[in-house]
Amino acid sequence: MSLSKLSEILNADRTRLLAEWVSYQNESGQVRGDLITERELTRESEQFFELLREALGRESSAELHRPGYKGVRDFLGELSRSRSRLGFTPSETALFILSMKRPVFGAVQRAFAGDAAGQAAALWMATELLDNLGLFTMETFMEAREEVIKGQQSDMLELSTPVVQLWDGIVALPLIGTLDSNRTSIVMETLLQVIVQTRSEIAIIDITGVPTVDTQVAQHLLKTVAAARLMGADCIISGIRPQIAQTMVHLQIDLGNVITKATMAEALRTAMHRSGFVVTRKSAGGLLHQK
Amino acid sequence: MSTILKTEKLDVSEEQHIVAVRQAVRRLALEIKLSLVDQTKIVTAASELARNLLIYGGGGEVILRTLSAGIRHGLKVEFIDEGPGIEDLELALRDGFTSGGGMGLGLGGAKRLVNEFEIDSAPGRGTRIGITRWK
Amino acid sequence: MDRIPILTMGQFLLVTIQVDMHDRLAMALQDDLTTRITTSRAKGVLIDISSLEIVDSFIGRMLGNISSMARVLGAEAVVVGMQPAVAITLVELGLSLDGVHTALDVEKGMQLLRRYIGAEFEESLSDVDDPEN
Repeated sequence: MSLSKLSEILNADRTRLLAEWVSYQNESGQVRGDLITERELTRESEQFFELLREALGRESSAELHRPGYKGVRDFLGELSRSRSRLGFTPSETALFILSMKRPVFGAVQRAFAGDAAGQAAALWMATELLDNLGLFTMETFMEAREEVIKGQQSDMLELSTPVVQLWDGIVALPLIGTLDSNRTSIVMETLLQVIVQTRSEIAIIDITGVPTVDTQVAQHLLKTVAAARLMGADCIISGIRPQIAQTMVHLQIDLGNVITKATMAEALRTAMHRSGFVVTRKSAGGLLHQK
Repeated sequence: MSTILKTEKLDVSEEQHIVAVRQAVRRLALEIKLSLVDQTKIVTAASELARNLLIYGGGGEVILRTLSAGIRHGLKVEFIDEGPGIEDLELALRDGFTSGGGMGLGLGGAKRLVNEFEIDSAPGRGTRIGITRWK
Repeated sequence: MDRIPILTMGQFLLVTIQVDMHDRLAMALQDDLTTRITTSRAKGVLIDISSLEIVDSFIGRMLGNISSMARVLGAEAVVVGMQPAVAITLVELGLSLDGVHTALDVEKGMQLLRRYIGAEFEESLSDVDDPEN
């Protein structure tokens, strides 16, 4: 019993097999009619059937990594990736291969009528092959999901670190949420990037929205300040709430010679002063103007 | 669990070769699409270790490999010499330790720049250091 | 052997490092710069590293040395244009280049140097004034 024999069986029974396979998929109730049309499904099924039949004629084992299966792998990989993106569930995606079992087994039974030993060998071979194909589908599906998740994670991290320009040469980074090392590296990079783009010599890092400052967070902040200094910009850390100031002293966290301010307003005042700007009130109750 | 995509070898026996190591690491880091910061980190770590290889190990071999593990790609660089070896590994990895008039940031610093760091050394047996940065 | 060119701009020297420097080239630059500070009586040195893709501990140490040597010779050195990725890597490596002046670009570095020299100039003026008063 060889795979090429299986290929012959599939070919001989082609029309019936394909019809059964497509109708099983449709009857399973798991085909997402909202996401894929019946025509598309039929076309995909036919295409895959041809690729598989060709591969079986060339290869002598069911190991999918062999070169003869390249076409099959590419097609199936693209199929599960696109279904993953379209929002199919894992079982809806796996159905494409799993629903092939019944028609293939049927075809094998018909081809080996009366030959129990041959039938058993062929069934075993078909099972192994379809299981491998099913596993491959799932692996690609999960990989595609992981890629989507990773992409979303980094999008979210970037969104959560907006750097704003407050004045000529002064940028601010209002930090909200917990600072872990993954997030800090993105925060650091974004801030330094904006410093270069805007040619800003002063950056205000506001930590009003950071729930706790432990040794690690302080460490991250200090690294950011050190990197900015290497590039020629000074940092001011603002928004240190009273309880955070207390914990910091408690934990003996030393921010070194970094300028710290209680509020962002105060930090801005310091930044303006250092860059040579003067803010004066034109008249009592009027608006603030810059001279 | 990872598979090797590509292997390259470089000899380091004179100072110019450190630049060659940096360039090869940069090229492979670009190939597996490491971010600019990650590229810079592994190139810098490799520069430190290639210099160590030359100064303390009396030269040796650098092996670069690009790796694949699922959707992750990585770059591993190994530095192999048959020099005197390192007596006290823990001490050598500590910041500020130097035996050669440097700033003592070589090993410890390089370790902080990568995701994986392995070192195998004993007096008289040479030194083998491997660093890996994953995407 | 190759050498990195040093430009004179008034009382300042400007060095733009554009190649992937090997260690000996870095040492040569250090020598050349100290010599030039003395012969040209420069008041300031600008080292533009904006095209440098990495700064390892060796180049970092060279930048620190140049700053210290310039100061001994009565000049100030400013390192300008370090790339974000390079700065992040240096910090992670554990090198903070304390005592080295930095600026975002050549223009800002120049302003910084003028401030230093201006301050010194005022100081020396008041020194001259004092005996007359």
